[in-house]
Amino acid sequence: MNYKSWEKIFSILSILALLIVLLFLFSIALKLFLDGMHRIFELKFYTSFPSRFPEEAGILSALVGTLYVMAGAIFWSVVLGVPAGIYLEEFGKKGKIARLIEANISNLSAVPSIIYGLLALGIFVYRFDFGESILTAGLTLGLLMLPVIVVTTRESLRRIPRAIREGAYALGATNYELVFHHLLPYSLGGILTGVIIAISRAIGETAPLLTIGALTFIAFLPPPPWENFIEMLKSPFTVLPIQMFNWVSRPQEAFHKNAAAAGFVLLVVCLLLNSVSFYLRYKLRKKYHW
Amino acid sequence: MTEEIKLKVENFNFYYDSFLALKNINISIYKNRVTAIIGPSGCGKSTLLRSFNRMHDLYEGTRYEGSIILYPDGINIVSRTVDPLYIRMRIGMVFQKPNPFPKSIFENVAYGLRIKGITNKTELADRVEKALKDAALWEEVKDRLNENAYSLSGGQQQRLCIARAIAPEPEILLFDEPTSALDPISTGKIEDLIVELKTKITIVIVTHNMQQAARISDYTAFMYLGELIEFDRTEKLFTNPSKKLTEDYISGRFG
Repeated sequence: MNYKSWEKIFSILSILALLIVLLFLFSIALKLFLDGMHRIFELKFYTSFPSRFPEEAGILSALVGTLYVMAGAIFWSVVLGVPAGIYLEEFGKKGKIARLIEANISNLSAVPSIIYGLLALGIFVYRFDFGESILTAGLTLGLLMLPVIVVTTRESLRRIPRAIREGAYALGATNYELVFHHLLPYSLGGILTGVIIAISRAIGETAPLLTIGALTFIAFLPPPPWENFIEMLKSPFTVLPIQMFNWVSRPQEAFHKNAAAAGFVLLVVCLLLNSVSFYLRYKLRKKYHW
Repeated sequence: MTEEIKLKVENFNFYYDSFLALKNINISIYKNRVTAIIGPSGCGKSTLLRSFNRMHDLYEGTRYEGSIILYPDGINIVSRTVDPLYIRMRIGMVFQKPNPFPKSIFENVAYGLRIKGITNKTELADRVEKALKDAALWEEVKDRLNENAYSLSGGQQQRLCIARAIAPEPEILLFDEPTSALDPISTGKIEDLIVELKTKITIVIVTHNMQQAARISDYTAFMYLGELIEFDRTEKLFTNPSKKLTEDYISGRFG
């Protein structure tokens, strides 16, 4: 056989592999959609608390919980991760310790999420006494997101040519001015993409939140943050994947339909987040090319 | 003819880690003159140029020894007690490849002024216009100041970088092979510009192109293997060099 037929075979195999992956994804989404169909289009499903009657039960507390917990997680991971990435990439001395830290941060993203849960249980729940609260959950998922954000921050900084840094320094810019006038604006697209990828990973996490004591049945909402911020942080919580887990483990068929519907909602949220990240990357890459 | 000294390099050594890259350099840069530094690749000409605005401070393991005195105030540029930011505000630099910021044309030129603390809109606009005129770019960009700098051609980008460097009105402007990435026509424009700028600014240019040095400079320094071999008026160095090595290099026998 000549190389052309090999190329043909190779492309057919590649396309086949792609189709199989897509098929799995599509069939999961379809199955969830079909099973949960009559709940997905029901407004009551989004405005009701959990209930022992499957038709009455909704995902309100889980949706709100997910929102609060993710907001906390984004806050902690961005506030700690982006400056850490900037320091490691731009200003930290490149010695043995730096390499050790680098390797460990990369390894952190491969640590099973339950380990983060155990760490959070030991430190946030028992040591700091934050309780089984939204604050603890936000910190825990924030930790989970941290390595992804550090790594993507560094990667997007690395894409900025050295000549740009020298150009700014040559005009007398300080490190602070370099970061805030140049590096951050130019790498924002990459950093945002990293944040969103990290969010889509964390939003579906169940294990670490179960470890720190997420509740599965919450029939009230935390006070809105603008009324009582501290109380909100201290509230117990549940999130979408935990609500799903709870429903799936019930014997009644009707609850399984609720779980499918909630799963579909989660999938849509993830898909939306990924589209936003795709759009941002495209938009900001077009703005800054070298 | 007596010349006024702007920069005096005395017994200057420079190290990359333990490697001695510049060996006991002594040279004077004269005010309102163009000084060219020539020599084969790796001779240390860029290293010397980048010592003048402390660019080496950005990288680990670099070390200065000796002194580079900036006149009229007589401060030692490479002294640890001198803030490199202060030096860089007084000594500008144009790089080998055009490196505009991915911002608008206006913002590129205004940047050096902004970080100096100038916020007055009319002052900024006036000084940006003046810098662009001095860089012979104003006519080409005056209607598109808000466009991204990367929409300009390579030669225009390099003139934009020159405008950016001269806007804060530095006393010395350093050029690090500014035309090596450009076509002959753009190169010609930038050479004309350099000759014009010397009435206001002292200029040091590193070039690997001997014809360029001969065309635009008043003084030429020839470096080889980290040492300054010869420094003289350009006509003298190119027509009647006093060292055999200089003669061999300028006549193309090596390099």
